[in-house]
Amino acid sequence: MGLTGLEIFKQLPKKNCKECGQPTCLAFAMQLAAGKAGLDACPYVSDAAREALDSASAPPVALVKIGVGEKAFELGNETVMFRHDKRFEHPTGIAIQVSDNMSADEVKAKVDKVNKLVFDRVGQVHEVNMVAVANDSGDAAKFADTVKLVQDNTAYPLLLTSGDAAAMEKALEIAGVNKPVVNAADAGNYEAMVALAKKYEAPLVVKGSDLNSLAETVEKIAALGYKNLILDSGARELSKVIADQTQIRRQALKLFRPFGYPTIAFANNDDAVMESLYASTYVAKYAGIVVVNSAEPEHILPVITLRLNIYTDPQKPIAVESKIYEILDPGKDAPVLITTNFSLSYFCIAGDTEAARMPAYIVPVDTDGISVLTAWAAGKFSPESIADTIKKLGIMDKVNHNKVIIPGGVAVLSGQTAELTGCEVLVGPRESAGINSFFKQQWNQ
Amino acid sequence: MAVTIAKERWTSKVAEEAYGSQGIKVGGETTLPFLQFEGEIPNRPVTALEVFDTEPKDYPDMLREAFADVITDPVAWAKKVVEYGADMVALRLMSAHPDWNNASAQDVAKTAKAVADAIDVPLIVIGCGVEEKDGEILPVVAEALEGKKALIGCVTANNYKSITAAANGYGHYVIASSPLDINLCKQLNILINEMGLPLDRIAFDPLVGALGYGIEYAYSIMERARMGALTGDKTLATPIVAFIGQEAWKAKEAKDADAPEWGPQGDRAILWEVTTATTFAIAGANIFIMRHPESIKKFNAFVDEAMKSNAY
Repeated sequence: MGLTGLEIFKQLPKKNCKECGQPTCLAFAMQLAAGKAGLDACPYVSDAAREALDSASAPPVALVKIGVGEKAFELGNETVMFRHDKRFEHPTGIAIQVSDNMSADEVKAKVDKVNKLVFDRVGQVHEVNMVAVANDSGDAAKFADTVKLVQDNTAYPLLLTSGDAAAMEKALEIAGVNKPVVNAADAGNYEAMVALAKKYEAPLVVKGSDLNSLAETVEKIAALGYKNLILDSGARELSKVIADQTQIRRQALKLFRPFGYPTIAFANNDDAVMESLYASTYVAKYAGIVVVNSAEPEHILPVITLRLNIYTDPQKPIAVESKIYEILDPGKDAPVLITTNFSLSYFCIAGDTEAARMPAYIVPVDTDGISVLTAWAAGKFSPESIADTIKKLGIMDKVNHNKVIIPGGVAVLSGQTAELTGCEVLVGPRESAGINSFFKQQWNQ
Repeated sequence: MAVTIAKERWTSKVAEEAYGSQGIKVGGETTLPFLQFEGEIPNRPVTALEVFDTEPKDYPDMLREAFADVITDPVAWAKKVVEYGADMVALRLMSAHPDWNNASAQDVAKTAKAVADAIDVPLIVIGCGVEEKDGEILPVVAEALEGKKALIGCVTANNYKSITAAANGYGHYVIASSPLDINLCKQLNILINEMGLPLDRIAFDPLVGALGYGIEYAYSIMERARMGALTGDKTLATPIVAFIGQEAWKAKEAKDADAPEWGPQGDRAILWEVTTATTFAIAGANIFIMRHPESIKKFNAFVDEAMKSNAY
């Protein structure tokens, strides 16, 4: 990335031995800069030079892997400040915190709740990612016991929080094999913490008291040869976190190496509603991991939903296949509902029809995955496309009536659709939430 | 090591507008949302709560309870909204809707005047949503509210002429709605401006979706509009209005009282509304039209924190 031929040339052995296939080292450097040759072609390049060249070509935000097995996940590798510039790559990991001051029963009950924070949204399963264990007691044995209890009761990766290297060592003896996040190394304890993280190859949080001290500690840790890092600027107030997260991402994209790692943010607040709002903000504003206290679904569902929305690829609407969907085993007299193949449109109408306990056929017209009104405005949800779909899928052969129901928002299409299809076109409610009363009043008279 | 703080040098700013005879100000920012370290945010985001001019048909119980004693009386309802701490009242003229009461322009204008006279905060007046009908009633409402410097909407590409002319003549502001498209937004602002209404008398409504229902589209449109404003595009520099309550309370996650896997409705419904609002706040919206009194409380608590200086 970005290195010029001359910058590369300075790192080369300058033997001009031609073993790389190029006439001179400078020519080789030019080929490297153009991406037409690999550094491996030169047998004499030093380890130090290789390191310098590799790190210069590394992505602006490093990729960090957390945990092992099915629940393992990745952070980082982000390349933009704004999702509309490209997309955000790796959804923020959500960690729910338990304290080693809690009793064993309390810990178990809370971990049970965390395990149940699994939500179905537009046909996909979404869940939290980690359990954080905090060494609030300051007691190493208590910390290790709690870590063991949590690990025995959940499949999620752990985030171990203690400033005490001795306590961290005991906890890692139990959980280290599962590559938990070690939280945190700071200016005072980094040598011991780096040694532990290295031993277990675990990702290590580096905590500063501000951006300057954070950069300083990261440099010292990089000098010890450890780069499996996550950054914490130390900010805990909302406006300060927004500013620091923005700075870290901005500077990483300008290739300021000490900030070239994913971040962690702490949303903990005594008021669970405020905590949820902070967590959502940090999801949108660049945090790699966000840590919260509440394990209640009403506080976590909004955060998980926003994460799904913000990390959706803006260039790729989520679409369902355009085919006949059968809800609750419909018979010959079941209604036929027309919608678009934007997954959200489809799942809204499917969910509400099911909730109304109404056996029905749902027929999504292929609109390249855009919503009813957007597709209508773009001319992709038209009497012609509706008629084509009805004909192509043969839906009217499945029923013994001649009626189709179109969304209320496109009522203007009813006349022409009726003409083209020969069907009786009923205008449904504008919102799928009204489908229940529509069925009651206009279908089951 | 000393880190050199990376600051953008923005060349322009969002238009500053002042609504009502009280002159409540919005806009004017010279930086992206809450990044005080590289610019000024002279005015905080403002809230409005909605009032229907006739009893709303589809309010979930939780919303209805908050206004139970005033829900059939728009004047009393508006006063209650002010008591609840809203910066503005958003009066929705649903009675004019052909499917509701099909009320006449004179009738709804009378209600609008009565509400405006009863409150000491600026008024937002929203039509019934049927473009032709709004084109008929809103000019009459604008006349009845002469001198109140109200924010009148929603103006669309199909009905902007009559409403813009009236808003201009009687000294009001307009809300210009265009569906989630930055180019349509610019185009409508230009059309309105060509009729003689200055750009700093327009607020932009990107027709947002709520959390879980397309929030990300409006989020990115707002971010792009803000970048446009800060880099000198005057047609994108109008304050942004977001109809939060209208959208959030359509979501099952807010409305459904009985959904055990999502937890109790109380915090869940409020969070659906406020998360939608705070997400748009960090994308750049200025005016937040909400429905539940608890929502504006939580939203203001969030804004209090977000507005603290983060200068380095």
